[in-house]
Amino acid sequence: MKLSTFKIGGVHPSGSKLSADQPIKVMPIPDTVYIPAAQHIGKPADIIVQKGDKVKVGQLIAKSSGVVSANIHSSVSGTITAVGPVPDPSGIAKMGVTIKVEGDEWMEEIDRSETLDTNVDKFSDKEIIDRVTAAGIVGMGGATFPAHVKFTVPLEKKAEAVLINGVECEPYLTADHRVMLEKSEQLMVGVKLIMKAVKTEKAFIGIEANKPDAIEKLTELSRKYAGIMVVPLALKYPQGSEKHLIKAIMNKEVPSGKLPIDVGAVVSNAGTAVAVYEAVMKNKPLIERVVTVTGNSVKNPSNFLARIGTPVNLLIEAAGGLPEDTGKVISGGPMMGKAATNTDFPVAKGTSGVLIMPEELAHRREPEPCIRCGKCVDACPMGLEPYLLSVYSRKKMWDECEEHYIYDCIECGCCVYSCPAARPLLDYMRLGKSTVMGIIRSRKK
Amino acid sequence: MEDNVIAISIAVLGGVAVLAAAILYVVAKKFKVDEDPRIDEVNELLPGANCGGCGFAGCRNFAEGCVKSLEGKFCNVGGADVMNKIAEILGGTVSAPDPKVAVVRCAGSTACRPKVNNFEGAKSCAVVAATYAGETGCAFGCIGLGDCVTACEFGGVSINPETGLAQINESLCTACGSCVKACPKGIIELRKKAAKFRKVYVSCVNKDKGAVAKKACSSACIGCGKCAKTCEFGAITVENNVAYIDYTKCKMCRKCVEACPTGAIKEENFPPRKPKEAAAPKELGQPTNADKVEVKPEPEKIVLEKKSDNPNAN
Repeated sequence: MKLSTFKIGGVHPSGSKLSADQPIKVMPIPDTVYIPAAQHIGKPADIIVQKGDKVKVGQLIAKSSGVVSANIHSSVSGTITAVGPVPDPSGIAKMGVTIKVEGDEWMEEIDRSETLDTNVDKFSDKEIIDRVTAAGIVGMGGATFPAHVKFTVPLEKKAEAVLINGVECEPYLTADHRVMLEKSEQLMVGVKLIMKAVKTEKAFIGIEANKPDAIEKLTELSRKYAGIMVVPLALKYPQGSEKHLIKAIMNKEVPSGKLPIDVGAVVSNAGTAVAVYEAVMKNKPLIERVVTVTGNSVKNPSNFLARIGTPVNLLIEAAGGLPEDTGKVISGGPMMGKAATNTDFPVAKGTSGVLIMPEELAHRREPEPCIRCGKCVDACPMGLEPYLLSVYSRKKMWDECEEHYIYDCIECGCCVYSCPAARPLLDYMRLGKSTVMGIIRSRKK
Repeated sequence: MEDNVIAISIAVLGGVAVLAAAILYVVAKKFKVDEDPRIDEVNELLPGANCGGCGFAGCRNFAEGCVKSLEGKFCNVGGADVMNKIAEILGGTVSAPDPKVAVVRCAGSTACRPKVNNFEGAKSCAVVAATYAGETGCAFGCIGLGDCVTACEFGGVSINPETGLAQINESLCTACGSCVKACPKGIIELRKKAAKFRKVYVSCVNKDKGAVAKKACSSACIGCGKCAKTCEFGAITVENNVAYIDYTKCKMCRKCVEACPTGAIKEENFPPRKPKEAAAPKELGQPTNADKVEVKPEPEKIVLEKKSDNPNAN
């Protein structure tokens, strides 16, 4: 059988899923956690605690500050030692809360039992969304879009199907893979809850063919859950992008400037679905996540369940320490992740992995002149012309950038990956995209 | 037969030419746009750099603006000469604003601001600024990839290979402001152009708390406020952990330069200070006189020596 995938562009980086067979290990609670106020796309949450306050696990410490924003909860119990800058991979410290850990005391209303609760019917769609909102759930694939905003389908639109993203097309990362294997039942109930919230009877779980164990396990389980279907997908990066997953599974194209819901799709990450289950059924806010710590020279590439705010250097330590030949530490995967300037930054809701690149793989080649080979155009999954856009952006020709749809760029990096001249295409495209988006926003005002 | 073809061709093409000429003539007469001829005259006088420093979209646009009203218009690049000639053509007077010069407010040279990581991406300050804090521990300082160099139409900005910082060639600077706009970190400021390009300014814009700023760069402003206390003219304010000298109030007494514990306040193009022992008995006794003494111009020769001492001064 020919597996489906999206049609335009895409690349095939090697999988390098070193930690795929490593079961999720629970990280010990650190002594201090740093919880940033901005762990999602949109406005940073308003911090509602002060220095000296005592907090419990799951207590609200920062409140959603707008439509696109999310609540943030304490991931530990202890005393707040500072409200102020916390480390960030970019090197620019961000607003946040520092908590000194004392014990592990949870809020009473959180159900910490392991028993599986499959009774989806005891909640109405509104209740589900309310609980998801309260729990501060965001897209855990890395884009960190607040989940409740996605699940609130506008009145004039209708959701046809829920798509669960189990693609994990980034090389090296295995967090979603392990979640699908080890929390399969919770995932299924989570999907049911999302289906109920967006009022649809259909759901597809898209999994790339390099995870046959997950495909098998979830296909087996899906027989018990009506309406949920597992769709094995051919390997291709960036299939985990929302729009490309829709194309691969539903064969529908999201038009430029539109949202998935405009073609009747609600897309959620596999990890997010599990978080939805925990939020609704167990009343547990998003306070921990699975993080892959990996790299070619890392002693024990692993998947850790870490509390939000755990400094990443503790995770690296637990995976066997920072290798001697380390050239670069990346927050996220090798394609879309951001190189970090330090290893003090904390695990946030969107930290899917920490990748440690050895020195020999860490460097870019010196760029050479563009030979107009068009490989970037072939590779661009959005059908853009990266060679052209990067020049427009470098020359500050913002009008031309806009005319050529620079705002459709999903920053997947396929263009740079395929460029034989190693040109910094995405660097300029990202600059152009953010500038053009700013211009468009200021025009609307 | 062949003669015939040539004759017909000439006749047809000639006819078309006459017809087209007639149409063009009528159109040119009927739709003629009356443009003030003075616009062209003024445009001729302007430097033609289209730098936008005047606030108009290029020189011709500025010329159109001038013809409408000279009020508040000034071309920094052409300077008073050009503006006076324009005033002759148009009648009226021009008011020259205080002459200004671009100043790079960062002294975080490679020596005092060590690199903590390597950036291998696009060689553009704007890209770095949009991506992360930069190669050093200071997220506010000069990136040194030269967006300002590209922006300057007059070749007045360069990156000093020794310090890795942008530097202004004051004799070429026309205060058009292109570099100010190009700098994503907002380091470059147009400040008053004093005699002999003398200036006193805070060469740091780091808003981090003192300890953090100092850790990243040994010449950072730590916001201690000593300069503000020293200043007798109320020209210095400390906001967001960084001092700022208001050039409209500054009298260039240079006391703040001495007071600054990190050397973040710079004096440039001044003659060397007199040795302390000689100056002390006179000046300490009469502090009000001391300012006057210090701003007195000194022979040009000494100024040049001072320049060579200081790699930031150019």
